[in-house]
Amino acid sequence: MTELRYLAPSSLDEAIGAFAAAGSAARILAGGTDLLVQMRSGVLKPGLIVDIKKIAEMTAIEETADGGFHIGAAASGMALAEHARFGKVWPGVLEAVNLIGSKQVQGRASAGGNLCNGSPAGDSVPAMVAAGAIVTVQGPNGRRQMKVEDVPAGPGRTNLLPGEILVSFTLPPRPKGSSDAYLRMIPRTEMDIAVVGVGVSLTLKDGVCTAARIGLGAVAPTVLLVEAAANALIGSKLDDAALNAAAAACSAACRPIDDKRGTITYRTKVAGVLLKRTTAIAAKRAQEN
Amino acid sequence: MNVVTNNKWIGQRTIRPDGVDKVTGRAAFAADTNMPGMIWGKVLRSPHPHARIKSIDTSKAEALPGVKAVVTARDIVDFPVDKSVMLGIQDMRWMCRNVMAREKALFPGHPIAAVAATSEAIAAKACELIEVDYEVLPWAIEIDDAIKPDAPILHESLKFEGKPSNIAGRLEVKKGDVAEGFKQAEVVVERTFTTRPVHQGYIEPHACLVSVAADNKTTIWSSSQGQFMVRAMTAYLTGFPQSDIRAIPAEIGGGFGGKTIVYLEPLATLLAKKSGRPVKMVMTREEVMRATGPTSGSKSTVKIGAKKDGTIVAAQGTFYLQAGALPGSPIRGAVGCSFSPYDIPHVLSVGFDVLSNRSKVAAYRAPGAPIGAYAVECVLDELAEALKMDPLELRLKNAAKQGTKAAHGPVFPRIGYIETLEAAKAHPHYTAPLGKLQGRGVASGFWFNAGGESSAQVNITEDGNVVVTTGHPDIGGSRAAIANICAELLGIDYRRVSVLIGDTATVGFSNLTGGSRVLFASAMVVTQSTDKIIATLKERAAKIWEIDPEAVKWENGAAHPASPNAGEFPPLTLAELAAKAPAMGGPIGAGVQLNTEGAEGGFGTHICDVEVDTELGIVRVIRYTAVQDVGRAVHPSYVEGQMQGGVAQGIGWALNEEYIYRKDGKVDNPGFLDYRMPVCSDLPMLDTVMVEVPNPKHPQGVKGVGEVPLVPVMAAVANAVHNALGKRFYALPMSPPKVLEELEG
Ligand SMILES: Cc1cc2nc3c(=O)[nH]c(=O)nc-3n(C[C@H](O)[C@H](O)[C@H](O)COP(=O)(O)OP(=O)(O)OC[C@H]3O[C@@H](n4cnc5c(N)ncnc54)[C@H](O)[C@@H]3O)c2cc1C
Repeated sequence: MTELRYLAPSSLDEAIGAFAAAGSAARILAGGTDLLVQMRSGVLKPGLIVDIKKIAEMTAIEETADGGFHIGAAASGMALAEHARFGKVWPGVLEAVNLIGSKQVQGRASAGGNLCNGSPAGDSVPAMVAAGAIVTVQGPNGRRQMKVEDVPAGPGRTNLLPGEILVSFTLPPRPKGSSDAYLRMIPRTEMDIAVVGVGVSLTLKDGVCTAARIGLGAVAPTVLLVEAAANALIGSKLDDAALNAAAAACSAACRPIDDKRGTITYRTKVAGVLLKRTTAIAAKRAQEN
Repeated sequence: MNVVTNNKWIGQRTIRPDGVDKVTGRAAFAADTNMPGMIWGKVLRSPHPHARIKSIDTSKAEALPGVKAVVTARDIVDFPVDKSVMLGIQDMRWMCRNVMAREKALFPGHPIAAVAATSEAIAAKACELIEVDYEVLPWAIEIDDAIKPDAPILHESLKFEGKPSNIAGRLEVKKGDVAEGFKQAEVVVERTFTTRPVHQGYIEPHACLVSVAADNKTTIWSSSQGQFMVRAMTAYLTGFPQSDIRAIPAEIGGGFGGKTIVYLEPLATLLAKKSGRPVKMVMTREEVMRATGPTSGSKSTVKIGAKKDGTIVAAQGTFYLQAGALPGSPIRGAVGCSFSPYDIPHVLSVGFDVLSNRSKVAAYRAPGAPIGAYAVECVLDELAEALKMDPLELRLKNAAKQGTKAAHGPVFPRIGYIETLEAAKAHPHYTAPLGKLQGRGVASGFWFNAGGESSAQVNITEDGNVVVTTGHPDIGGSRAAIANICAELLGIDYRRVSVLIGDTATVGFSNLTGGSRVLFASAMVVTQSTDKIIATLKERAAKIWEIDPEAVKWENGAAHPASPNAGEFPPLTLAELAAKAPAMGGPIGAGVQLNTEGAEGGFGTHICDVEVDTELGIVRVIRYTAVQDVGRAVHPSYVEGQMQGGVAQGIGWALNEEYIYRKDGKVDNPGFLDYRMPVCSDLPMLDTVMVEVPNPKHPQGVKGVGEVPLVPVMAAVANAVHNALGKRFYALPMSPPKVLEELEG
């Protein structure tokens, strides 16, 4: 039977060294709520596991001087929920992260794991895309930054290079009148995988939408940034015509599959419905800011 | 309501005897027992829905270091297909082919071989090394595909109307003449419904540990709904005499009918025998979902005719139920129960047992009855609408009562169906206002319930306490209820009564925990045993006092002179009499074994409110009230628990649960993530109303309560959805994509 090695280094360099050296047999372990499940079901049989939770930068949550945020890739959902400021500035990102699993899962699951797992249905990803998050990755050839929407490559795959580890998310400072929201459609009320997920981040000035970003999950091989939908909202007072246009743009952007979680027709329809509902929540929050 | 108030313990919410062990994690479930030298068994399962097994080569697996034994169908006793051998309702012809594929693999997940090795990993590896030469055959999963003329036939030897067929059986219940009946009808509603197979969804996967000694003396630890069933089935399938097998019941993590048959025990026994080592087997959830349970999917057509005043004159039902790959779907429940709540002069109810390439069904709470009730109770709702009648009024007008001859045969004694309808009508829920896109539905249901064999031994300890041993795995709180009854009869605190479940060597034969029979039957044998003990105690007091035993009465846990003229003696307590036992004739105890009779059917009426999100197609149950005639609630908490559990399962069945099949005939959602049973947050508080119409044929008035609560649920939900949307759904589950499609279509 194959041997499994486990490492829990305290520095990033050490982690990258071991991870890169082991090649494709190695896996990064953050919360393990995807990884361990995949190992138990026999889908994955890694030879080396590199646990990154002992590396301080990986679990840090920091508000920068300009009002932005750095979130360590392995910070748990519960740690984000307990942060005094994060949920006030990014309620949509927080609600998306906190939708993952249950209380028990929240104690472990991270946004980094959610993104690197590569599922098009990962809940935090559309919210991060809407938020305009930039990720920092580091590998044997040093650090680089990517837009969060450029990380997923397809179901179960990312555009990280061999040996690269996702280090953190950077969220930009928020102008006044900004907020965000995330909604997903699941047949049950929890413990389910998104059939469609929509993240909306927007800024309102005197009732007019001056900036918007929309992330759409579970309707294509990767989470989508739907610029056409955002453009339909920008410049409007979020009136019915604008919302209908944005909803139609979301539906048009869908390239879903028929599977056990939902049909093509259903997902396409629901994407538009959720866009309107999510926008309404984000707008209400923005007005209160 | 008929509440007996002078009881001290019967009707009390006492602490359950198994409670502390369960909440502290000490309770031993099937997978919790280990033995020195134990090895692990694993099953190789068919990847194909339908394939002839041309050969199985196990040599490479046997050669793998660490592998201690391999078994195939050759090691299992063969029951030829042309001769039925029944054990209860199970036919060993099919059971032997279910635990291990014989001529053919009949569904993906069908066991082909089993391996025991020194580790689970080696056993799994060995399974991969077994070479099976399959001739892959065409297959059919759905009812319509299985009964069409050119359908692939699963069992050539089974014939319907003279030809090989996937219809394995037909059952008919008839009363009066329906053709005549429908002539009198002024309003007729006829509809066709479909439901999907649903799994019982017990949390604990099947597991067992089996040790076979050199002299074949065998011990089985497993979780099941009957240790005697485990013993008998294992004996049949291995050829061991029953006297060589001791089956020890573990605590059970849910069964709902699904653990009334065996899957692993015979395999582990044969592996243990071959290897000389104790063998443990534990299914994964995926194995549970692919190869055990579920209950049938169905296609039913129901036609009901009534006079304009609401009098039902005729009813007809045709029920096709999926058996899975081997015969034995619960057509009896669908055919027999569906019309039983009503007094209808002309009834024809026919069921067909349909084979297809999916796992063999197992019992699930009131097997078949919820499927029939779904169709009948939805048609009644339409009938009420057509007649412009309140749906509870329509039911009241036609309700079965004492003296009604049920379609399935018996004449009802005093039953409580009308009481459930009246309680539902009077409940504030029934008239509470509804909001936008909200709707309310009602439905009723009936289940036969059962009596049958039970044994008990009641012993008085030397310090004057009580140990009761019964033979039924406790799934619903039966130990707690037995403690209440025994304490009541003896007039002592319930904490002085220990209730245990014996194994097949330590207690007399007791039939399955199933058919809602356990408290009904075990209360009878425990009552009779306790009565014998009380007689002994009175005799001993009489001897001490030198008076006639007739002149002694038993009260508040002590013997007293029955009246002043019997003499003046201070009472002799149970503890005092126990202490004197050695000198007064020896140990005090009594055992009783009975084939119990007098189980009466149970009725329930449910009210359900839903709210529909019409943009997303989501149906949420927002209020639910289950009313049931429970006979006598010996321990109300566990009666309510049964009612709530049944409702929760029915809501899952109605809204989201289904197996999703891939194009290759394999289940695509073999786990709790995508096989969507309701989670807590999906449900409102499920309210219960217990109507107590005691069973006149039972010492405590007990009726079975565990199965009735699943029967009305799907219809209640469907009728509520109709009330909310003005649209009817004729297929379950009413899952979001289907609801949205229907709304847009
Ligand atoms: C019961 C349950 C319910 C769930 N419910 C949901 C849900 O509602 N919504 C949802 O979106 N998900 C859900 N999930 C899936 C899972 O919890 C999430 O995807 C979670 O965010 C994964 O985070 P993690 O830290 O546990 O990742 P891990 O399992 O540790 O890692 C996931 C993958 O990403 C890789 N990885 C992790 N961190 C890094 C890194 N820093 N750099 C490079 N690669 C990395 C790992 O190697 C692995 O391949 C659920 C899981 C369970 C068990």
